[in-house]
Amino acid sequence: MISYILRRTFAAVILLLVVTAVTFAIFFLLPRMAGQTADQLAQQYIGKSPTQADIAAVKQNLGLDQPLYLQYWHFIKGIVVGATYDLGPTTTHCNAPCFGYSFKNHVEVWPQLTSRLPVTLSLALGAAVMWLVSGVLIGVISALKPGSFFDRAFMGVALAGVSLPMFFTGNLALLLFTYQWPIFGRTYVPFTENPAQWANTLFPAWCSLALLYSAIYARLTRSGMLETMNEDFIRTARAKGLRERKVVARHGLRAALTPIITVFGMDLGLLLGGAVITESVFSLPGIGQYAVQGITDNDLPPILGVTLLAALFVVIANLLVDLLYAAADPRVRLS
Amino acid sequence: MTELSKTGAAVGEPTSSPESAPDAFLAVRDLKVHFPTDDGLVKSVDGLSFQVEKGKTLCIVGESGSGKSVTSLAIMGLHRLGARGKNVQMSGEIWLGGKELVNADPDEVRRLRGREMAMIFQDPLSAMHPYYTIGNQIVEAYRVHHDVNKKTARKRAIEMLDRVGIPEPDKRVDGYPHEFSGGMRQRAMIAMALVNNPELLIADEPTTALDVTVQAQILDLIRDLQKEFGSAVVLITHDLGVVAEIADDVLVMYGGRCVERGSVDDVFERPQHPYTWGLLGSMPRIDRETSDRLIPVKGQPPSLINVPSGCAFHPRCPYADIPKGDVTRTVRPELQPVGSGHFSACHLSPEDRTRIWTEEIAPKL
Amino acid sequence: MSETKKTDEAKTDAAPVATDEREVLLKVEGLKKHFPIRKGVLQRQVGAVKAVDGIDFEVRKGETLGVVGESGCGKSTMGRVITRLQDPTGGSIHFEGQDITRLSTAGMRPLRRDIQMIFQDPYGSLNPRHTIGSIVSAPFRLQGVEPEGGVKKEVQRLLELVGLSPEHYNRYPHEFSGGQRQRIGIARALALKPKLVVADEPVSALDVSIQAQVVNLMDDLQSELGLTYVIIAHDLSVVRHVSDRIAVMYLGKIVELSDRTSLYEAPMHPYTKALMSAVPVPDPKRRGAKSERILLKGDVPSPISPPSGCRFHTRCWKATEICRTTEPALVELKPGQQVACHHPENFEDQAPQDTVLLTVAKEAAELVADEVLAESAATSAALKAEAASEETPASADAEDDRQESTDK
Repeated sequence: MISYILRRTFAAVILLLVVTAVTFAIFFLLPRMAGQTADQLAQQYIGKSPTQADIAAVKQNLGLDQPLYLQYWHFIKGIVVGATYDLGPTTTHCNAPCFGYSFKNHVEVWPQLTSRLPVTLSLALGAAVMWLVSGVLIGVISALKPGSFFDRAFMGVALAGVSLPMFFTGNLALLLFTYQWPIFGRTYVPFTENPAQWANTLFPAWCSLALLYSAIYARLTRSGMLETMNEDFIRTARAKGLRERKVVARHGLRAALTPIITVFGMDLGLLLGGAVITESVFSLPGIGQYAVQGITDNDLPPILGVTLLAALFVVIANLLVDLLYAAADPRVRLS
Repeated sequence: MTELSKTGAAVGEPTSSPESAPDAFLAVRDLKVHFPTDDGLVKSVDGLSFQVEKGKTLCIVGESGSGKSVTSLAIMGLHRLGARGKNVQMSGEIWLGGKELVNADPDEVRRLRGREMAMIFQDPLSAMHPYYTIGNQIVEAYRVHHDVNKKTARKRAIEMLDRVGIPEPDKRVDGYPHEFSGGMRQRAMIAMALVNNPELLIADEPTTALDVTVQAQILDLIRDLQKEFGSAVVLITHDLGVVAEIADDVLVMYGGRCVERGSVDDVFERPQHPYTWGLLGSMPRIDRETSDRLIPVKGQPPSLINVPSGCAFHPRCPYADIPKGDVTRTVRPELQPVGSGHFSACHLSPEDRTRIWTEEIAPKL
Repeated sequence: MSETKKTDEAKTDAAPVATDEREVLLKVEGLKKHFPIRKGVLQRQVGAVKAVDGIDFEVRKGETLGVVGESGCGKSTMGRVITRLQDPTGGSIHFEGQDITRLSTAGMRPLRRDIQMIFQDPYGSLNPRHTIGSIVSAPFRLQGVEPEGGVKKEVQRLLELVGLSPEHYNRYPHEFSGGQRQRIGIARALALKPKLVVADEPVSALDVSIQAQVVNLMDDLQSELGLTYVIIAHDLSVVRHVSDRIAVMYLGKIVELSDRTSLYEAPMHPYTKALMSAVPVPDPKRRGAKSERILLKGDVPSPISPPSGCRFHTRCWKATEICRTTEPALVELKPGQQVACHHPENFEDQAPQDTVLLTVAKEAAELVADEVLAESAATSAALKAEAASEETPASADAEDDRQESTDK
């Protein structure tokens, strides 16, 4: 078990290295292959109309004139021990998990990420609870009476939920419940300041996100449940004389829900890396929005930082999923 | 969620015996189990009658699709449960210890399940829940019908595991099904079925998934336990070797109906139906040097949606042309007594049957 | 070494064909197949499932070798290794004198024409999206062979050969029953006129009446096309019916390899004897004689760490010290009957100096009927000694009394 976790952590670190390498290559190698010079590249890191000295400073600080592997090495080293950027007159030290430094805005990326993380976390977790509860509930009820009116109706709604894009449902929710009938707040308030207001603002975003996901989960649960209820062990449970309610709850659900852990973990991990569209639609100052901002500003370090963080979340989610799965299914041995 | 709807059809059919509770412990009368599907009505069991006394073993023999498993599930009332249960059309009577089950209240039947009648299945790996320990599953079976605490039930589970010959039962009780070997799993399954001392044990191909040496152990165990508890046993199998080994009475099924019924000696020594002959002739024998070819039954098993007219076996029967006229193709043969307690549903005259058996079939076996 | 072929052609021969005169088609020596078990951070190999652990046998042209054993004895793995669907861990395989042990996939390709396999599951081994025609003609396409008269005609001929209608050419597998699907599998295997057909449980998924059809079909095809079969099965009745010679496997080893008659009439290995006694006979009159049945103690040990010495010693009622320490070699004790046992049945004791039963053997003997023990004692000094010590001066009645008093 411990050996398994160690091995998985080791694999995760390797995976993260690969992800950073690829991201790094996209941002630094591709432009160079496209014929951009180090000067032009450096220019992108600074605001408009930079001076020659600024460019030289950036070029030197980022090591854009050095070979690529050295640049990558500096980047990785920055994450582990921090880095120091010499900005002409001043020097800035970027502390240990240094995810880069935005020369355009003259801020370190890491504090930006950590300050935005609670927003994304609030959004993702709230929505996750909603979709998990509603999705599983609908899925189970549908599976127990396949072909019934309820089943057909909900699977229809589920289909719609999957097909409707977030920028449609999100904007519609915003339009109706925030502007037309201002039931919900418009600006994000941290949970620590005012929990009621926090929930109030996030609610439409939760619902829109949950609509999308619960549709998927309802379908997943339904098919898993239908399959499980045809298993031999369900027949055995009935042959014992158990009440049908118990057969479903104790024997059916347990087996049907286990595979959902996997999907859930992955979805949550992905969302934590930034629910880009949702955050944009609802103007939530989360990680996704930060990435969007980075893209519009053509500010590379934030994008790189967000990518890395997202990869980290997915990798951690994956590891947790495997551990949870082993706990839920005794047949899975972690070795 | 128990949506058991009774199909009121065919209650009190004029042909079925009007009198109530029969003498036998388990009595099935004119049982019909039909499943409507998109392709048509699947008549899995189509008018089956038999009875089993306590302490006796009835073997139901037949090939896949003959309706033997459906019969066992029908007695347990199992395929009326679940999402598709309400579509099943079931009629006839099933009497267990003086109670009729087909038209009984579903909750009444549920309370009998596991206590008065229990079942063991073919593949113990898939028939046990993979996520719960063996002990847990036995405890659950016990506590459904007994108001005892977990500790007492666990003690009972260990006792049962010990009884069915599982070594170190107090340790194995906490094992999961996948940690058991096939034979040990089937033993655990038997322990689970017998935990409430049921008076009827239904075993659906209990040894088919097992190796011969393990099969021998399990059959031995079933026999011993039956002797000890005095329960009635209905054993479903396709293996005539197993039948010869364990049965008191034999029922041969074909196309959802009984074609021959009798004591084990009757069916093996004086079989009276061409299908039974076919089964006997198809079996390679370990106990003799067979230099001759096997005698297979030609053709394929019948479709249960379009059961052949007349005698369902007539398209495969080598003797279908012996009775005069079209009788084998048009008239469905009823079970007729051919000896004491021995019945056969065949249009051949008793003389023809005796002649064919003694002259043509028996010498080749 | 002589044995009778059961095909009509052989039967008309008054003198049985001596097997030695027949050409050896397949020769297997010291064959091993281990599946590694890896553990730990570095995935070091910590052990291996020894599925096949050193077996030798020959298959001669035109004969049928049956391979029996219980699940986990390695018989299916053996089948996949001799057809080179899996690579052997050790040993050698010669086909028609050519060493095929280490042939590459490309090197095996021409030999795929000569060696074919039939699988157990007639549902899983046919691609549901392909027509019968394209399934049966696949070997022609893969080997780039153009049969005389065209592929379609040849496929239709094959379908007729296995008892299907040529009109089935354009149908799909799901339209067929289990028995018919197995016929399709056989047609596909026969397409390239193979010399050796390895059939892994060819009839065990089929109903009895259909099983008989397929067994007869394989029988007919053998005499018609001069095929050589290796038939792997767990059903000893089927194996008895189809085989000329039979290999009995236990935990990755061949414990007995013998011609059919000797094996079924006078098995020498105790495991063979137990295995055969366990098969239910479709004859209710034999029920009274069920005491012949030998119940084996417990389960088959793990092939990861098989018992030392003779692998059967943990469950054998005749085991002595030598069984625990020394692995018996597979030797020909009687013409045509090779056995790996120190204390064989129906033959003189190979290790008469060992006269003390192991404790496990005494436990195992408790499950064996007295008649069988008496029979075994005739060939086992240890059992004889054990029986003598039990019977000591007291008469049978006295012994019963003693039994009763201990019961109380």
